[in-house]
Amino acid sequence: MEKINANQGRRAFLKTSLLAGGGLMLHFSGLAKMVVPVTDEGITPAVQWIEITGYIKITPQNNVTIICPNPEFGQNVMTSLPMMVAEELEVDWNKVTVEMGPHDNLKLGPQFTGGSNSMRMYWRPLREAGATARNLLMQAAAQEWNVPLEELTTRAGMLFHEKSGKQGTYGQFASKASVLPVPKGVKLKEVKNFKVVRNSQKNVEGAKIVSGKPLFGLDYMHEGMLIAMIQHPPAFGMKLKSFDGSAALKMPGIKNVFSLKLYEDDFEQAGFDVRTFNELLVVVGKSTWEVMNARKKLIVEWMPAGDVKDTMAGRGGKREVIVPGELENTSVQLQKMQEYAKKPARQLRKDGDPETAFKHAAQVIERTYNAPFLAHNCMEPMNFFAHVTDDKALLVGPLQAPGWTEPTLCKVLNLPPEKVEIQMTRMGGGFGRRAYGHYLTEAALISRKVKAPIKLIYSREDDTTYGIYRPMYTATYRAALDANKNLIAFHVKGGGIPEHAIHANRFPAGAVDNYLAEGWEIPSNITIGAFRAPRSNFNAAAEQSFLDELAEAMDKDPIDFRLELLKRAKENPVGKNNEYDADRYAGVLKLVKEKSDWKGPEHDKYSRGVAAYFCHNSYAAHVVDLTLREGEPYVERVFSAIDCGIVVNPDAATNMVQGAVVDGIGNSLYGGLTHKDGVVEESNFHKYRIIRMHEAPAKIEVSFVHNDIDPTGLGEPPFPPVFGAVANALYKAKGHRFYQQPFTSPQPGTRNV
Amino acid sequence: MITLNINKKNYRIEADPNTPLLWVLRDHFGLVGTKYGCGIAQCGACVVHLDGEAVRSCVTKISRAQGKKVVTIEGLSESNNHPLQKAWLELDVSQCGYCQAGQIMSAAVLLREKKNPSNQDIDDAMAGNICRCGTYLRIREAIQLAAKEAGEF
Repeated sequence: MEKINANQGRRAFLKTSLLAGGGLMLHFSGLAKMVVPVTDEGITPAVQWIEITGYIKITPQNNVTIICPNPEFGQNVMTSLPMMVAEELEVDWNKVTVEMGPHDNLKLGPQFTGGSNSMRMYWRPLREAGATARNLLMQAAAQEWNVPLEELTTRAGMLFHEKSGKQGTYGQFASKASVLPVPKGVKLKEVKNFKVVRNSQKNVEGAKIVSGKPLFGLDYMHEGMLIAMIQHPPAFGMKLKSFDGSAALKMPGIKNVFSLKLYEDDFEQAGFDVRTFNELLVVVGKSTWEVMNARKKLIVEWMPAGDVKDTMAGRGGKREVIVPGELENTSVQLQKMQEYAKKPARQLRKDGDPETAFKHAAQVIERTYNAPFLAHNCMEPMNFFAHVTDDKALLVGPLQAPGWTEPTLCKVLNLPPEKVEIQMTRMGGGFGRRAYGHYLTEAALISRKVKAPIKLIYSREDDTTYGIYRPMYTATYRAALDANKNLIAFHVKGGGIPEHAIHANRFPAGAVDNYLAEGWEIPSNITIGAFRAPRSNFNAAAEQSFLDELAEAMDKDPIDFRLELLKRAKENPVGKNNEYDADRYAGVLKLVKEKSDWKGPEHDKYSRGVAAYFCHNSYAAHVVDLTLREGEPYVERVFSAIDCGIVVNPDAATNMVQGAVVDGIGNSLYGGLTHKDGVVEESNFHKYRIIRMHEAPAKIEVSFVHNDIDPTGLGEPPFPPVFGAVANALYKAKGHRFYQQPFTSPQPGTRNV
Repeated sequence: MITLNINKKNYRIEADPNTPLLWVLRDHFGLVGTKYGCGIAQCGACVVHLDGEAVRSCVTKISRAQGKKVVTIEGLSESNNHPLQKAWLELDVSQCGYCQAGQIMSAAVLLREKKNPSNQDIDDAMAGNICRCGTYLRIREAIQLAAKEAGEF
């Protein structure tokens, strides 16, 4: 854990200020910009202890509001982050009001929801905010009562001086506290004294959700607001040739029809500026249905875009990328992947001498795994509100990382950051898709053009066919066994369109003397982006299936085999940079073995599969119990074991793991996108199959490893190993292995599923 | 001019009679609890009650709703005291929450028709409601809890 020197001039100091009408508003200002390095994970900021954190507002009447810095998309940070503040502040959690913070990286930190990072990054800063505020209140009371600070105690928003019997509310001292000098290095509570954290707290927005209150971007209303919808090319690799909007313009309620260019030709794209189509048609009108109808009247000619040059910003300076113009077909993509898999690839890691080991092996096992593009399919389609005038912009809607889109908006609108306000609503799902703010830029440009506040809405079809998918992946694994069936070499060669999924420094790297990891890619105009546990979401499936086959070839139990390898990785690790803690990895395997009664008598009723994985700093293992109902696979029960350090909100964490398991089952069995001449064939839920209630297990039992390690994330870690466990269970059910996702599609080497 | 009875109130609107009820609710009456998920009756986020039946408002024209009683999530109870809403909060069902109004509205009709639904009944009745966050287990539990606690409502 890295501590950033907080002394950055005046900016680093904790500021307090009086609220109008009295009361204390406590906020930290700290580093203006937090560097977010992009690592193997795709989005993994270094853990940095910074004096940047949220507001605490206390009124003289002792009402406490805690601000949540990170936007919410179902991972429950709106509840769990404020819990951390409340814990140290010592207020009655049931009386706290939570508010979503504005976009203000100076005051509220990185404000980036993704990479399973919220808990990890805000654990110390938010606790410090709470503890420091409490300290200020105690100082204020100590001064007023003329007693030593050490003699004061606090509980549930009250201060006590037991010796004299004096007591008061935080509200009474809030104004006085707000003008005191801010202490540094206030001591935090010991974990064993937690009263709020580590106790299940209900979702702070639960009541609003079940009564249909406006919460989501799509629900946002603004006076005089118009509705806008885009029309994008029907296929990847195509662009606008010409259009006739006159019929559409005549439709009831329609105000404007025009074409929109997103980025200028020399625009330097940063990582999250991904956009599939640079030129779109736009229809603006008074209401959604009117706009939907008018869109159908557009007369449009599209044409192949050909190769397109994009400029990407980067640390070493800008670079140009050629986006190929081909209209892609899934069948051709699969063929291409097979060809590329045979070509030399880029070495990602090598330990020992794998080539020699394979040459002299008694047995070599080689298997290839494939998985399709996946769409995020957030339940709430892409949308954003924008009100842009000559001198300022207000944007409201669902977004995972305002800090990454704001610079783009400033550039495109030619406005300084102080004039661009982004408010984050609750998101109807994110999964990584809403880290790419192209739809904000589109909304802003539309608003500016029509000189009115507008809400941009994507239809489900617009959304599903727009791109920014989970890539199409493949990986070939090879293992060399000696005459005694010992594993002497391990080789993974992964590829993808347009990038591979290999995490070269993950298990079993570190556990095998001779190890080689390689990667290759095929460029494409199909845009991709982070999808719940990027790369890992495929990597785990392939690797964990392969380890299962290996275990079988070696006559070993799959869990015991992994534990043996982990023992080796712990006691006598191979190579450097092994990205996992072998003890903690083994820990979740042991826990799931116990909780699932792995070899128990019930075992025979089900087809059991196991998998484990480390990603985003946490560890997860699942045992999946599957049956066949009229030949169709059905997951009856799942046992999950998780190590994510301190579990801040146990019941919500359990809910998350259960959700990730269901998501994993659904995507592994049914998920996938195909292309025909660049056109996405699964444009809505009648074609793109999403798991439904009758396909979800009856039981998912979640167990957490109990330790006092600082919390790490949970949004992504449980997801990847589910795919592997399902594949391994399917093997037991069907008697053949599963190498092609989705698993309900025809499997290589079999007649059919 | 079309008059619609929604949550026991009368609303009047000048609109194409073919407009789906969903968009009239959301764009014209500010009743945004009913959600847009797919527009083709596949996901259930838009479920409302039309004379007590669960219908998908994204494909239900307002002409069909005329003269009938429409109930949306906002009108399901006075103050979150429908047994399903209470069970939902008791079991902390929601993750992102976007699909939940539709889930509750579908479940409400199930509970009216089957006082003690089996897991099979629940699976059958709820097959048309997608939850992308995967809270199905808790939704099932909440329906069972609501059935138990329901009594007269």
